[in-house]
Amino acid sequence: MSTLAVGWGRALVFVYGVFAVAATGRSLLQLSTDADKAPLAYSLSLFAAVVYLAATTALLLGGRIGWLLAATAVGVELTGVLVVGALSYAASDLFPDKTVWSHFGQGYGFLPLVLPLAGIAWLRHTRAEAGHGSRDN
Amino acid sequence: MLCGITMLLLLVHLVRDLAAQDGMFVLLGITELVLLGQLVAGCIALGSTDREVDGLLFVSYLVGVTLVLPIGAFWSLAERNRAGTAVVMLAVLTVAALEVRLDGIWS
Repeated sequence: MSTLAVGWGRALVFVYGVFAVAATGRSLLQLSTDADKAPLAYSLSLFAAVVYLAATTALLLGGRIGWLLAATAVGVELTGVLVVGALSYAASDLFPDKTVWSHFGQGYGFLPLVLPLAGIAWLRHTRAEAGHGSRDN
Repeated sequence: MLCGITMLLLLVHLVRDLAAQDGMFVLLGITELVLLGQLVAGCIALGSTDREVDGLLFVSYLVGVTLVLPIGAFWSLAERNRAGTAVVMLAVLTVAALEVRLDGIWS
């Protein structure tokens, strides 16, 4: 078990896993049933799903590579939720239907906004260990 | 019918937050049984209703909600400390959120 997935990291992995499944299921269902309605929104949900999957995998992987991967995924996630969140207010005609990240994750209790911040906090906390190479696994 | 089950679940959740570890897992087991019952009852209800319910979405939620607690329980059992308890609490919260969505899909 990697050091990124123990303690509070274990709780973090669980939430990322839930979001990975939720976003994947949602985007695949929407893309397969009515993709024409809001292709941009549904594609963004699929992109969010990939990011959540990458973050979950990276946290489980652990070690230096896992840490770097997780940091990248969480960074993309924070950027995504901020940009899509802002765009969904500023250019609402771009989004005839909602994405996971619309309105800063309002449909999910703003968790998509809180989650990357928690992820960054956890990765900062574990950075020292990850920097010393692969003594875990 | 689904509203009733949701209410029952939320009551169980309230009790669970106060319960100790072993009692917690008994309650998790009971909740899981209720959820499995809900899966069967929900499918039957879907077959006999004339409401406008998205069948694929409804059934995938019914199945999904039964998977959360077992996964959460095993994931937390690997580490029996505060973090493990937090995982169980997150799993229960997830179930509650999914139940609210299920209720929304049904009506």
